[in-house]
Amino acid sequence: MNKFETELKNGNFIVSECIDCKQIIWPTSDFCNICHNTTKWRNTNNLGIIIEFSKKNDEFFGLIEVEQNLRVMGKIVTDKIPEINQKVILKECSFNKTPKFIFKTITN
Amino acid sequence: MKKVGIAGYGSTKFSKNKIPIEELLVESTKQVFQTTSNLSQNLIDGVIVSTNDNSKYLGAIVSERSGIKPKISHTIEHLCSSGTNAVISAFSYIASGLADVILVTGGDVIGNPGQVLEWDQSRGELNHPIYWGSIFTKAYKRKFNTTEEELAIVSAKNHKQAIDNPNSYSHEPYTISQIMNSKIITDDLRILDCSYPCSGSASVLLASENIIKKFTDTPIWISGIGQKTNSASFTKNDLLNLSSTISASNDAYAMSNTNSNDIDVAEVHDAFSVCELMAVKDLGLTEKSSSTEFIRNLFNTGDRKINPRGGLIGAGHPLGATGISQIIEITQQLQNNAEKRQIPNVKKGLVHNMSAAATSSTVLILES
Ligand SMILES: [Zn+2]
Repeated sequence: MNKFETELKNGNFIVSECIDCKQIIWPTSDFCNICHNTTKWRNTNNLGIIIEFSKKNDEFFGLIEVEQNLRVMGKIVTDKIPEINQKVILKECSFNKTPKFIFKTITN
Repeated sequence: MKKVGIAGYGSTKFSKNKIPIEELLVESTKQVFQTTSNLSQNLIDGVIVSTNDNSKYLGAIVSERSGIKPKISHTIEHLCSSGTNAVISAFSYIASGLADVILVTGGDVIGNPGQVLEWDQSRGELNHPIYWGSIFTKAYKRKFNTTEEELAIVSAKNHKQAIDNPNSYSHEPYTISQIMNSKIITDDLRILDCSYPCSGSASVLLASENIIKKFTDTPIWISGIGQKTNSASFTKNDLLNLSSTISASNDAYAMSNTNSNDIDVAEVHDAFSVCELMAVKDLGLTEKSSSTEFIRNLFNTGDRKINPRGGLIGAGHPLGATGISQIIEITQQLQNNAEKRQIPNVKKGLVHNMSAAATSSTVLILES
């Protein structure tokens, strides 16, 4: 497992950011796909917004924008029907063959 | 640049049977030999295989099994659009003069590894295509107020058209209400809104203008090619446009010196019902109506202009064979040889093949 996967398994969602142009490179990479400089790891603030969502069985899931250039698919825990642009917080993350992201809605 | 055309073709039936990839590829290749006039092994300069299968050295294996000793032989993989990618490689070898005749054979076995792109960590654990299919569908419904019935019409039309395709995996005449009441996959997808992975193989013989008349009196020319890859990860997509398709179709129309009004028939990549609604608009085929009105009108009038062989939803989706099967359908239509599926007076046709949630698209223009 690489650093991203190990950290994710420990509950830390870290991303790679270019040391020069400061872009987030996602999925993670050790170099920047714009300027090809090296990247460094940094934490995300674990907050996001819902871009779109659907529901499978009793679980909502959706496309979440965590930061600019950083969107992930994850489950959404909520007691009401989510809304577009609604704020979410990362409730849980892990890694087992694939990353796993679970977000929780924040009431505006 | 030499002109390149379709000189022959062959296809297996698409099925849910687990058949080894080598057997599938050899079967559709054998049909090319059986149905193409004056074709002998020594005339074939290249054998290109299109597949997502993990088997190795398939170009050489198909060649040996079919008695060909080609100069050029290799495999092309590009997920669901492997087939059209392999045809474009063959086109390029012939157009450049490096080869005169190339056999392209594609196929996949049900349950093949091409259905999930493991690299794409942005999909998290939700890496099955039904998740991006649901997100696309939900965004489309939200923007255009599309109803479940309007989505079901796409599937009903394609299943109905697949009945007249002897190679399709399904010949069930599903009604709109059967589709709307089929098994729930997610809140935004029913099972009959999804294309079905299956086993199958399709092959085409490409030849240069120098030799093609030896094989057929009615060659079908590839006059336009466009391709665009925007990313590999789904989460970088625009949810409301197939932007790779828009770019690829602009290039294909320009190369063939044509425009969308001239297209008489099209095979589009209906991985899910919503993809057909998005594709017909982004390819410029809906004229002045909305996609849903356009498809509803085709369905109500029995007009087979879009996906006459039944598309991926009706015919099945053996990934590496799909793009080639689409090309065969348009070829048959242009040769006035599509039997019950024949659309009258077709002069130009289009093939639209995508990969991995529309991150990459290929568009081809074919004409007689
Ligand atoms: Zn940079």
